Amino acid sequence: MKLSKLFLSFISAIAILFSTSVVSFAKVVGDKIVLGAAISLTGKYSSNGVHTQNGYNLAVERINDMGGVKVGGKTYKFDIIYYDDESNPKRAAQLAERLISQDGVEFMLGPYSSGLTKAIAPVTEKYGVPMVEANGASRSLFTKGYKYLFAVLAPANLYLDVAIETAVELNGGKGVRIAQAFEQDAFSQDVRLGILDAAKRTGSEIIIDDKLPKELNDMAATLVKVKQMKPDVLVVSGHTKGALTAIRQIAEMKVDVPMLAMTHCDAAKLSKQHGKNSQYALCASQWHKSLTYKDKFFGTGMKYAKDFEKKFKYDPPYQSAESSAALLVFKDAFERANSFDKKKVRDALAATNMQTFYGNIKFAPGGQNVDKPMVLFQVMCDGSGKCENKVVAPLKWASAKLIHPIPKWSER
Amino acid sequence: MDFMVFQYPMITIQACLDGILLGVLFALIAYGMALQWGVMNIINIAQGDLVILGGYIAYFMYLYGIHPAWGVIVSPIIMYFVGVGIYKLVINKVVDRDLFISILATFGISILFMQLMNFAFGADVVLANSGYGTTFLFDSNVVLPNSKIFSAFVSIVFAICLVIYMKKSKLGRAIRATAQNARAAKILGVDTEKVYAATFGINAALCGVAGALISITFTIHPYMGLPYTIRSFMIVIVAGLGNLPGVALSGMGLGVFEEFADYILGTEFRIGSVFLLLVLILVYRRFKLSRKREYLK
Repeated sequence: MKLSKLFLSFISAIAILFSTSVVSFAKVVGDKIVLGAAISLTGKYSSNGVHTQNGYNLAVERINDMGGVKVGGKTYKFDIIYYDDESNPKRAAQLAERLISQDGVEFMLGPYSSGLTKAIAPVTEKYGVPMVEANGASRSLFTKGYKYLFAVLAPANLYLDVAIETAVELNGGKGVRIAQAFEQDAFSQDVRLGILDAAKRTGSEIIIDDKLPKELNDMAATLVKVKQMKPDVLVVSGHTKGALTAIRQIAEMKVDVPMLAMTHCDAAKLSKQHGKNSQYALCASQWHKSLTYKDKFFGTGMKYAKDFEKKFKYDPPYQSAESSAALLVFKDAFERANSFDKKKVRDALAATNMQTFYGNIKFAPGGQNVDKPMVLFQVMCDGSGKCENKVVAPLKWASAKLIHPIPKWSER
Repeated sequence: MDFMVFQYPMITIQACLDGILLGVLFALIAYGMALQWGVMNIINIAQGDLVILGGYIAYFMYLYGIHPAWGVIVSPIIMYFVGVGIYKLVINKVVDRDLFISILATFGISILFMQLMNFAFGADVVLANSGYGTTFLFDSNVVLPNSKIFSAFVSIVFAICLVIYMKKSKLGRAIRATAQNARAAKILGVDTEKVYAATFGINAALCGVAGALISITFTIHPYMGLPYTIRSFMIVIVAGLGNLPGVALSGMGLGVFEEFADYILGTEFRIGSVFLLLVLILVYRRFKLSRKREYLK
């Protein structure tokens, strides 16, 4: 009896010791600034989750190697605690709670996807923990009045705005006829709202407005309508499966449309999976390596792409680039705040105005980045069937001329 | 609601043909389900996941430079052994328990398969390009991708082969005998354990064929199995067990129904309409059944 009591008290002593040591493992330990992130390492977002994590890790390594973060005359290094949110919003919210209240994290990095960011934002807001996120573009994130949420990327409603404007411009300023198909998730529906705005602004008409299911793998019905009604622009957004399904079926059904605009082309590895069939597709992208933005950590986009490839053995998608940018923003804010006080860091973040290799970053009161336009690239193939993404709009960064209208299938 | 599909005859024809080609493929999956449901009284929730796994086999062949159409030969062979393996590990422990236990067990297998496939193959949506081109009908107003025609053709060939095999071969007869009365078959010297394993293997092999065809025609993804399970479940419910022409017909019916739902209600309700139809059919069947019982009283 006595022995078991002794044993029990021994165990509880250890438990108490352990728990206190966990609690003291807070925002800044020794010379380390600890950031927390819930990332989708398993589940349906796991490939993009890994892109996000790789982006974060590359930036942490680079910033630490180049002298770390200087606050109050002392140098600190970044460290990140990761948890796997299993691509599940509920789990992500739990993990955010755990990172903050159990692990004592006071600065957060965002998860992958708008849905998960939406799940985490109320938690970070409740605890007043600044979160810089790089992968939640849904407009609804920025209309809730969150004070501690900062996104380095342009909101979803701007993704394909440029495409419509370009189409109108090429049509001599007259409105165009738009066919659109969007998946029913927060992100794609925001892209849709953006198109509706653009259509209204330019006097364009929407003649097909289809919604795609989550389990999408057949959009033949939409494409049959497109064939019949012959719109000027076809817009499709449904993450990678939307992009892959659209290209496959457009090629199989030989659907001729003067302009095809999509999202998630690089994540879907369109040019690799579909080769020449994906030719001429226009894709919205947050970033492209050929853009001429610069910073002292990564140099240019080209240099970033090279370093990334060397470390992770694949070309960085924009999801990685924007994730790396999030850490540059944090570093800059810490140094300007010259403090680890959450409120001060938050104010410093709100006042961010900088250029990174990924683009200019300046936050609107809602938290979205307003200083970085989206770019459009077009898949272009050479005679041997090798395809490449070339930036075609905005004109300032264009590395190739937009091919418009898309040649008919019978002429290819 | 959009009734465009009825206003243009060409679209109506297109929807019907698309539906029938798709339905034949569904029927193949459903036939596997009907077979093992009839023989072992097990509703296999993991049916769709077996399909997707079969699809990945074809996809990997494609990645290694082999034409994915060969997947319809290779994938069923591999999947047969996967099926027998699952039977030996899990199903033989639940085969004579009640239906609820087997549903739980196969549900568990389904989750396990999803996660394993996600782990092994990644969460990317993938597809295999067959390069089969397109057939144009009616002055190119109706377009049919040859890959869809190919999958319907292969499905029919496999279904016919299976029917002949069930009729003529020793194992086929043993399977049918076990389905009719497992105890009597056992007394007469049929090794029912072996029959069960083979049945589950054949079901998995059919899923393998269907999966390979889906990777050629559509896209595959670790979490895309469930809609295929639901569709085959529904086809079997409508057709009844052991009714092959019924399975084929209700498969095609479902395909056409889905296409029309897609045009009329919109693509977002495509899968939803299948679920709704399933509920309606179950309610109708229950209604019919209860009437019958009263009559018998």
